[in-house]
Amino acid sequence: MTDAPILALENLRVSYASRAGLVNVIPDLTFSIAPGEAMGLVGESGCGKSTVALAIVRYLGRAGRIVGGRIRFEGRDVAGLTPSELRAVRGHRLAMVYQDPMASLNPVMTVGRQLMEVPMLHEGLGERAARARALEMLAEVRLLDGERTLTRYPHQLSGGQQQRIVIAMALIAEPALLIMDEPTTGLDVTVEAAVLDLVRELRRRHGTSVLFISHNLGTVVRVCDRVGVMYAGELVEEGSIRQVFANPRHPYTRGLLDCLPSVARDKRQAPLRPIPGQAAPAAARPVGCGFAARCAHVEPGRCTSRAIAILPVVGEPGHAAQCVRIAELPRWERRLVEAGAGADRPPGRVTLRIEGLEKRYLERRGLFGSGRAPVRALNGIDLLVRKGETLAIVGESGCGKSTLAKVLTGLETATAGRVEIEGAEVGSVPVESRPLALKRTIQMVFQNPDSTLNPSHRVGYAIGRALRRLRRRPGGEDASEVARLLAVVKLPADLAGRRPDRLSGGQSQRVAIARALAGNPDVIVADEPVSALDVSVQAAIINLLNEIQAERGATLIFISHDLSVVRYLADHVAVMYLGTIVELGPVVDVFAPPFHPYTEALLSAVPVLDPDAQGARVVLEGPLPSATEIPRGCPFSGRCPRRIGVICDETPPPTRQLSSGHRIVCHIEAEELRELQRAGDPVTRRSG
Amino acid sequence: MALTVARFVLKHVAFLLLTLLVVSFLVFTLNELSLGDVARKVLGAYATQEQVELLTREMGLNRPVLSRYVEFLGRLAAGDLGTSTRFKLPVKDIIWHRLANTAFLAALAFACIVPLSMLLGVMAGMRESSTVDRAILMFGTVAASVPEFALGVFLASVFVVALGWLPGTATLVAGGGWSVASQLVLPVAVIVLFDAGYVVSMIRASTIEVMQRPYIRTAILKGMTFRRVVVRHALRNAMINPITVILLQINYLISGVVVVETVFAYPGFGRMMLEAALFKDIALVEVGALVAVAVAVLTQMLGDLAYVLLDPRIRP
Amino acid sequence: MHPTTAEHLPAVSEPVSRGFAQAWARRLSLLTESKPALIGAGLVLFWVLAAVLAPVIAPYSPNANDMAALAHPTPSSTHWLGTDHLGRDVLSRVLWGARTVLTVAPLAVLGAALLGSLLGLTAGYYRGWTDLAVVRACDIVLSFPVIILYMIILAHFGSSALNIIAVLTLTKAPIIARIVRGLTIELREREYVAAAKLRGESPLYIMLVEILPNARGPLIVDMCLRTGYNVVIIGALGFLGIGLPPPDPDWGGMVKDTYGMMSVWPHMALFPCAAISSLVIGFNLLAVGLREIGLRD
Repeated sequence: MTDAPILALENLRVSYASRAGLVNVIPDLTFSIAPGEAMGLVGESGCGKSTVALAIVRYLGRAGRIVGGRIRFEGRDVAGLTPSELRAVRGHRLAMVYQDPMASLNPVMTVGRQLMEVPMLHEGLGERAARARALEMLAEVRLLDGERTLTRYPHQLSGGQQQRIVIAMALIAEPALLIMDEPTTGLDVTVEAAVLDLVRELRRRHGTSVLFISHNLGTVVRVCDRVGVMYAGELVEEGSIRQVFANPRHPYTRGLLDCLPSVARDKRQAPLRPIPGQAAPAAARPVGCGFAARCAHVEPGRCTSRAIAILPVVGEPGHAAQCVRIAELPRWERRLVEAGAGADRPPGRVTLRIEGLEKRYLERRGLFGSGRAPVRALNGIDLLVRKGETLAIVGESGCGKSTLAKVLTGLETATAGRVEIEGAEVGSVPVESRPLALKRTIQMVFQNPDSTLNPSHRVGYAIGRALRRLRRRPGGEDASEVARLLAVVKLPADLAGRRPDRLSGGQSQRVAIARALAGNPDVIVADEPVSALDVSVQAAIINLLNEIQAERGATLIFISHDLSVVRYLADHVAVMYLGTIVELGPVVDVFAPPFHPYTEALLSAVPVLDPDAQGARVVLEGPLPSATEIPRGCPFSGRCPRRIGVICDETPPPTRQLSSGHRIVCHIEAEELRELQRAGDPVTRRSG
Repeated sequence: MALTVARFVLKHVAFLLLTLLVVSFLVFTLNELSLGDVARKVLGAYATQEQVELLTREMGLNRPVLSRYVEFLGRLAAGDLGTSTRFKLPVKDIIWHRLANTAFLAALAFACIVPLSMLLGVMAGMRESSTVDRAILMFGTVAASVPEFALGVFLASVFVVALGWLPGTATLVAGGGWSVASQLVLPVAVIVLFDAGYVVSMIRASTIEVMQRPYIRTAILKGMTFRRVVVRHALRNAMINPITVILLQINYLISGVVVVETVFAYPGFGRMMLEAALFKDIALVEVGALVAVAVAVLTQMLGDLAYVLLDPRIRP
Repeated sequence: MHPTTAEHLPAVSEPVSRGFAQAWARRLSLLTESKPALIGAGLVLFWVLAAVLAPVIAPYSPNANDMAALAHPTPSSTHWLGTDHLGRDVLSRVLWGARTVLTVAPLAVLGAALLGSLLGLTAGYYRGWTDLAVVRACDIVLSFPVIILYMIILAHFGSSALNIIAVLTLTKAPIIARIVRGLTIELREREYVAAAKLRGESPLYIMLVEILPNARGPLIVDMCLRTGYNVVIIGALGFLGIGLPPPDPDWGGMVKDTYGMMSVWPHMALFPCAAISSLVIGFNLLAVGLREIGLRD
């Protein structure tokens, strides 16, 4: 049955016109997708994978153009299509799903109309027939209450629902090829898992070919049959999922795998090894291998003198890599290290004590509404953190983890409860009223590298100002102090003269860390500090935080939604859902059964790299509820796959203390949970 | 939904009343600062001081401000708008007539401005940096830059002096061989050119911004023609911001066209206000200011309403 | 134990700008990339020079009456742009008129920018009642039809340069306040503002040093536009007779005195009209160009 590939790129060459002339972004790209096959394209930011997608649909914009090679879709050269032929292909034979679903939907048009447009346009269906088709499609993407959904506007749906609509819009005309460009980036983990599952199922049912583009290798493993790894516009390795992830042959692929934390291992056993250096900009492409400058296995001369050919891997048909040393490298294994000294550190004194913390906002609803619905961001938080420890706080959007960080640092004040830092009650003290000593003690590192530094201030000024305010140092000693802090975060001293727009994401985040260190804080609160960074950069920042903490004996409160990073970094973990801590304990205990049902779902949703370890999955249906409508009983009862009955909705569940500091808040007894989860009991899916 | 609309209207009416109160009080107090002049103006430059003071007392201008203000409000509520010292007529005989004239001019201008600027603005914005766009941008910028009186002078020099196709004044009295309709052409043209230039730039900017949004990419990649994408997807989004601006133009068209009225000697509301202010005709100034402010707040309310109707994101 | 590796500096396409002069040279060269900006800047510069050099290059005093020329007021070799109905040289009056306009308009804009920025920053930063009060006050001022306001105020207090500047400042400040307020509301959520709070910066510092510099771009473009509109308004006021008092030559006033004679001597009104139009076109083109450049960065 398989014959000509659905999509074939032949020596594709794409360049962008810029002020400096024509910049070649993709020099020579060749791959193809067979009918019914799902191919993943992975790489970090700037590697050109999105450019590939845009080139295929011929939407490169005014600056981009295909300057060489060919893209064949269903046998026809895409560049040779007339405008009306192109319009007939787009949306009909070839459809696309995008990264930011809210922005990709027209905010002033109902979702139903946007759906119906497609078959009305391409198949000439009338309104009633198109409506019926739209309803069918909504059912397929598991959006319940189709009739009502059709009348909704995009902003009235959650992120996951919006993405399902975009997927429905793409599939409604039964395309031959579906291009998905980072479709789950920005979605919560459990929502992401549900969407990926959906894609798998739809693919199977319709036999659509898929080109799945992502920087997250785990998502690719879930959905695709084959994968291509891109670096600096080139396809450095290609093969089936199993081949590439079990036996990576290109040093970049190996590097990527090395710097990914895994849910199974922590910092003591398997250190993250970041990839040194940075990708060269497209305008300065080196001769020879593009990765040579950062490669651990580089051999000057062989690797840097001329263009590298793509060589097949012996014994693995379909697997190829662009490396001259392809056959010489040893088999890849994640390095294991003996458990380090940190494992036996005696617990320090209590640095942070939180009791019964509550935080409520009053939010105005709508433009005309005088009704104020209170947002209950935190509902009774109890925590103890000891000096020198890393506590990770995990949860999805709306769980209150950011609010907790803000209350700790004083950017918000508590509505009720106690927060003690080094014995001082600070919960009701806003940061403006806190004494300087306290401000020095607790500092914060933020999430977004683009807005963590003031774009109008130079790096030296930002750090120097923090020094001046926090340490009250006289002006003269500033420059050397600034240089010293920059060295701590492994940045060269002359970076002080730069503005943030000349820094990369990783560099900006390092400067932010240096700024936070200006006062020698005892407690560092890091709110998703690496979520917005590339994988290889994440590893470096995580290692840096680890090192800083170890050297200074500081306490690190690490907030994240990424369970693998948490597993790697934390000593203790608190799992939050809708303002409550549902599970808390040492990291080893939390990541092993018995789990709180939410922790179980989170863990099972984490995309895992091992193609063999695709175990039974708990998929949560339904969107995350809003913090204005928290149920009376257990906050998770609305989506819990292990809900045992009305008691879960009505009665707040008890806190069950297990071993050393491990506690779970659930109506189900711990032993019962352990039994259910050890047996891998297939959980009955809860809908709604 | 009905409840929210009612609440909306109520809020705006309350704001209208508040604004009217504040403004009228301010205007009233301003008059307080130059009392002697009023009586003097009425009597003329040769009046003696005693005569001025007598008239001042007679007109009750020497009593405390607050009590006079309350009386004024009382009279307004009763429908007595006072008497104009400039025109020597009851205010209500002048003001509504002049307002109607200006409103007529405004309606004509508005009817031209809206479709013209929408067409040009969207045409320019949908293909940024194309020749059409550059041309429209230049036209819009230049038209909005030339002050109204200069526009009037330029157009008059061409169409009245050089070509003799149109009359130079618009007194609304058909005479000298010029029909009333022909008198209106130049004033309307000046207003339309000046105002449309500004509105076109706003609509163009909004359209450009909308065309860069991802949902336009989604629409194009669904396989629609460009024109359809613009009309079905871009247009409504692009008009959300400009609509308030367009409705605010009504405010300008009522009160701001005094310059045009002066150039063409048009008997309008703005000219009336100018003369009243120069002559210190208190009654006319006060009532006129109130009317102008009422128009302003009403148009603002219309603008807000339109915004809500167009953008579903505002509704809960 | 585990190496944290240093990231090498990315290859930078432009050198880090050193020094004040070089920064300005770079900005000026950016200006040349946009044609509207260039033309606009050229026009504005032309009039600025004319204003500055007027005492030197004007052939006559602006108020001198040349009775002899009254017989033939049209442009001639002695009076390049002709004379007006009182025998005064039009060219000189146009040049001197630039001085008045180019002093009053920018000063008013600066005043409005200062007042508006302060109001907008405070309202946007503190929100709550301060915000409500400022917004409502701005709404009230803005809802007042501008020309009416001018007429009332200037008719009462008389028109002098100072009064006009004051009135323009008061009526334009709300517009700028709105812009700055919107930007402040957005920028105060940025993480660097939170970082500033965490190190104990005062609200004044945050508003002026952290937030305001980042509102620069839209503010500068708007100030350019405002200057243009102010020139229009000053001209209109002069035309209506409530502008600057005579005998200072004021373009609007010149048109007012002479447009009645357009059928006979059109040049008397046309030249000042052309002058004011070209100046405003200059400012607006400059604003358009600056916006383009800003977007391109």
